[in-house]
Amino acid sequence: MAEWAGNGENNGKRTVLSVRDLTMHFPVKHGLFGQVSGHVYAVDGVSFSIREGETLGVVGESGCGKTTLGKTVLRLLAPTAGQIVLRGQDITRRSDRQMREQRRQMQMVFQDPYSSLNPRMPCGQIVAEPLEIYDLVSGREKDELVTSLFERVGLSADQKARYPHQLSGGQRQRLGIARALALNPSLIVADEPVSALDVSVQAQVINLLKDLQREFNLAYLFISHDLAVVEHISHRIAVMYLGKVVEIADKRALFSSPLHPYSEALLSAVPVPDPGAKRDQIILRGDVPSPINPPPGCAFHTRCPYVKDICRTEVPALQEVTEGHFAACHLRTSAAPD
Amino acid sequence: MAVLEKIAASPTEAVLKVEDLHTHFHTPDGVVRAVNGVSFEIRGGETLAVVGESGSGKSATALSILRLLAMPPAKIASGRILYQGRDLLTLPDTEMRGIRGNNISMIFQEPMTSLDPVMTVGKQVAESIRLHQGTSKKEALSRAVTALELVGIPEAAQRAKEYPFQLSGGMRQRIMIAIAMACNPRLLIADEPTTALDVTIQAQILNLMIDLKERMGTAIILITHDLGVVAEMAQRVVVMYAGRMVEESTVDQLFARPMHPYTLGLLGSVPRLYSSLEPDGGAERLQEIRGIVPSMRDDIIGCAFAPRCGFATKRCHEVPPVLEEKQAGHRAACWETQALLDRHG
Repeated sequence: MAEWAGNGENNGKRTVLSVRDLTMHFPVKHGLFGQVSGHVYAVDGVSFSIREGETLGVVGESGCGKTTLGKTVLRLLAPTAGQIVLRGQDITRRSDRQMREQRRQMQMVFQDPYSSLNPRMPCGQIVAEPLEIYDLVSGREKDELVTSLFERVGLSADQKARYPHQLSGGQRQRLGIARALALNPSLIVADEPVSALDVSVQAQVINLLKDLQREFNLAYLFISHDLAVVEHISHRIAVMYLGKVVEIADKRALFSSPLHPYSEALLSAVPVPDPGAKRDQIILRGDVPSPINPPPGCAFHTRCPYVKDICRTEVPALQEVTEGHFAACHLRTSAAPD
Repeated sequence: MAVLEKIAASPTEAVLKVEDLHTHFHTPDGVVRAVNGVSFEIRGGETLAVVGESGSGKSATALSILRLLAMPPAKIASGRILYQGRDLLTLPDTEMRGIRGNNISMIFQEPMTSLDPVMTVGKQVAESIRLHQGTSKKEALSRAVTALELVGIPEAAQRAKEYPFQLSGGMRQRIMIAIAMACNPRLLIADEPTTALDVTIQAQILNLMIDLKERMGTAIILITHDLGVVAEMAQRVVVMYAGRMVEESTVDQLFARPMHPYTLGLLGSVPRLYSSLEPDGGAERLQEIRGIVPSMRDDIIGCAFAPRCGFATKRCHEVPPVLEEKQAGHRAACWETQALLDRHG
């Protein structure tokens, strides 16, 4: 099971996280007594795994469920169904107390470095707090550890006494990364960690994340809407649409031959910073349907330029089309009748 | 259609000329010099991109042109903005109101906050037509529906009766464009028009803007931080840094042969799509621009980019560089352009 959904080459790296059929439905409540009138199918049967030192990028547009996926993997939300295995331990149904030990293994870096840092806490304390919660080190040892974390992420030691509002956006994101690293985790879920940053600063943070991965053999679940950033940092990439993974593959395979029409359209829609580039753009019509009432069959059929009859009725399964390259599309997995 | 009646300006004639614009914000903590001597012109039917990172002064420049900044705290300290030979900065408010929306209009990044939440979108489009063109209510409303059709809103007559919250982000931005284009302005200022949108919706909106521009001959000032959008949309580019213009050229020139170290750094720091397919599998590390942007409250002596620049010499830290023509149609404000070209040209 741990080998599910295309691990890529093995080369002796252990699986850090594996997720199977993960489902997260939110009830939609109505009226005075909060009757449940429907569900938001935020994450709907997602499976993947990540190895040590590997980055799995998750791309998709707003509302596709990528953020919910990250939160559910970290058990910040209790999944509706499915299984989450972290370093061989099934954590799907653990109580909060039982989760405590596991939480050290998995940390998160958030998009907005403004709202994810306590404004009343000095920066040094923000990084020291996780160490105190787990009672790992104290006194001078703790100070030294915090100082070395500051140095490692490119902050100066005298910034320990500052408050988050005194730092720039990029420095705040470095601080968030230092906090995530403090407990020496094996998995970091990074949800749009560079989206709020200017490009020149974005490059600094991306480089830092890559360096840290190499140094600490970290596994990243890297969630972003920016395809170029995801391509740069990831080893494998999962493309999500309306709560489902529609394609997952090694990044080279995905970028050289996208198999799902949505991936293809997504790639073609990105403006390329090269005025001479000639390309055939696929302009999708319409908007993403509501995840409360997703279309029957393939959720993408309402916008798909190659839609066939079968797409309107039957949900395509995620299947391995070429080695390690999975797609959920009737056009790729069966000889769909016209 | 009535909105097509105005004739586009000839492509060689400047629609708008900005001359040495200085915009300051007087805050309790001191004066923020948001725009520091910006000069450019835009010709009919042309798209001019203004790029820069947050705080570079690109939005303040746009808002200064339309005099939409709250004064105080803002103050346009000096400069001229010439439209049809008249300086917009000296026009009486009533005349300026006639220019806004009718001759020069603007679209913003967040359509939800720029639309009236309690007015149907049809009425919002009609309002602009009625105010600027003095048509009857009924006539304005029917022209509004035509305008909605023009921006690709399906079932326009039906949609005109809906409120902004009933529409998706992409649809709302189409409404904003319909309002902006309803009076067929000669100049459209678009401030990060697609930044809040998803990439497939962004592609729709950019295509719509190109299409409208070609049909109506509108000149566009496109403010963006996205170099991909610049390459796709613009003919000419102005690069801003710390409230200053650091480079101005055609799009092709800028991407092929940047002449300012900041532009060079910016181009190098963007991750490229399909980089993994290159023979070396894409560069392992992105090029960084070390350091951070200077505070706009401090007096900047010399070149604002010097503390972060790999080419900076003693002169750069002491004397502000002049924006000068380095090549036909290619201006840069840098003392060390030659050194840059020797290394990267």
